[in-house]
Amino acid sequence: MTLASSPLAGEAAGTVVSLQNVSKTFSNATVALKDMSLSIRQGEFVSLLGPSGCGKSTALRIVAGLSSPSAGRLVWPGERPGQKDHDISFVFQEPTLMPWATVFANVHLPLKLKGESARVARDRVMEALEMVGLEGFAESYPRELSGGMKMRVSIARALVTKPKLLLMDEPFAALDEITRFRLNNDLLRLWEEFGWTVVFVTHSVFESVYLSNRIVIMAARPGRVVADLDVDAPYPRGEEFRTSHLYSDHCRRASDALQAAMAGEAPDA
Amino acid sequence: MTADTEPDRLAAAALPPLDAAEAGKLRRARIDRIARWALPAVVMIATIAGWQWYVDAYQVPHYILPGPDRVVAALLQDWPTLWPALLVTLQITLGALVIATIGGVGLAVLFAQSKWVEMSFFPYAVILQVTPVIVIAPLIFIYVPSKIVGLLICAWIVAFFPILSNTTLGLNSADHNLRNLFQLYGASRWQTLWHLRLPSALPYFLGGLKIAGGLSLIGAIVAEFVAGTGGLGSGLAFKILEASYRLNIPRMFAAIVLISLTGIVIFASLSILSHLMLRRWHESAIKRDG
Repeated sequence: MTLASSPLAGEAAGTVVSLQNVSKTFSNATVALKDMSLSIRQGEFVSLLGPSGCGKSTALRIVAGLSSPSAGRLVWPGERPGQKDHDISFVFQEPTLMPWATVFANVHLPLKLKGESARVARDRVMEALEMVGLEGFAESYPRELSGGMKMRVSIARALVTKPKLLLMDEPFAALDEITRFRLNNDLLRLWEEFGWTVVFVTHSVFESVYLSNRIVIMAARPGRVVADLDVDAPYPRGEEFRTSHLYSDHCRRASDALQAAMAGEAPDA
Repeated sequence: MTADTEPDRLAAAALPPLDAAEAGKLRRARIDRIARWALPAVVMIATIAGWQWYVDAYQVPHYILPGPDRVVAALLQDWPTLWPALLVTLQITLGALVIATIGGVGLAVLFAQSKWVEMSFFPYAVILQVTPVIVIAPLIFIYVPSKIVGLLICAWIVAFFPILSNTTLGLNSADHNLRNLFQLYGASRWQTLWHLRLPSALPYFLGGLKIAGGLSLIGAIVAEFVAGTGGLGSGLAFKILEASYRLNIPRMFAAIVLISLTGIVIFASLSILSHLMLRRWHESAIKRDG
């Protein structure tokens, strides 16, 4: 694996979390995941890419602790046994903001739930808002913001705890392409600057190649990992990367792997 | 990073001229604003004038149908008896509304904490609601020695249900992803209730409160009719009963007018309260173009 010019290049990248032979069967007998093994290394930007129903969101929810595996286990090497608080943040497909609360209060929420008053947390909240370019909107209500701005608030809320692991479940899928490109660039800039570990669920080949340095391709029925590709392209990546040969080569590789994974499946759409 | 918004859209100094359709929309909006209060006022004036004309033209005896002039005269003349009675009714109504709010929200929170409790007791709340209060009231006045307490219980039975059922619905309709988020950040049950479920329930609760306001007045009046005792501390309903025994029809009308006005004031106050609490964020309180 290559971490090109990411801040952790050269460091021995430890494992943040690993799924070991994880399966998930829902009570309606759907097998969402079958025997999935995956290690997420520190500083990686990993995309889980696959068609709907391949279990990529289920895998993310299991890592987040919002769902438990039916079989197999989740290992957090850097943590003492029994630790509940995994220092992770989650960004949903929808902005998922509290409409009755200001932007400031929404971003403050994770800290408030840990007992930090607004006065104590003020600087950290403002810093998170600054990262996403919304420092001037602290007192606005979510309804006063555009879709892209709401998603920025959602990202600021995820960043305010300075998480070790950032989980994103198709965060930009509901946005228009221009806004999505802009948020892609901002997310990459922040990731390069702060060096978190990101697991990013998407169904867009192009988005996964643009953002990540590793793409895990999954297939459906049952949900499983079928390919694990490195995206060997240097950061920072900008708009010129989107039009480069390197980019289109990687897109083709990812696309081919996805096609191979889906071959033999009955088309469901 | 540029923020992707357009608040400056309206700040453009020189607006291009409006086309005919947009200008018409603006004109219609202006007419609508005036019609909203002018039309009901015209209907009311016409009704009162028609009523007065009918009573005068056909010389209807005032002990059958008094004209508006006699009703107004009765209102002024009987004010010393009607005013204290109104205060009594108002006390019962507001008292019942307060305990209906506490009881309704309290039960809803209890139900929200445990599905088992909700399953066990919600059907009985429904039974209490669908049984007409007028048939329960006589029993209540037998078992409860204090008249005031009896009146409060009757009004409460009528008023608490919309608050209970709306607040229960509201507490259960908190956004699914926000619940996951609270879980992820290790929120306690109490934090989830206070910071997520109660705010989510607020618009539902306020809707229930508006209904309960009117119902507590109805409950108070019905209970007074059943209690039927006069003397000190009797409310408007008793004044109506008393006036009907004496064929004092103008006073009956005057008392009815007072009761209606009270209901209107309660509804308007609760609507204003609701608007003030929701105007910053809830869809129901937000005006939009187009």
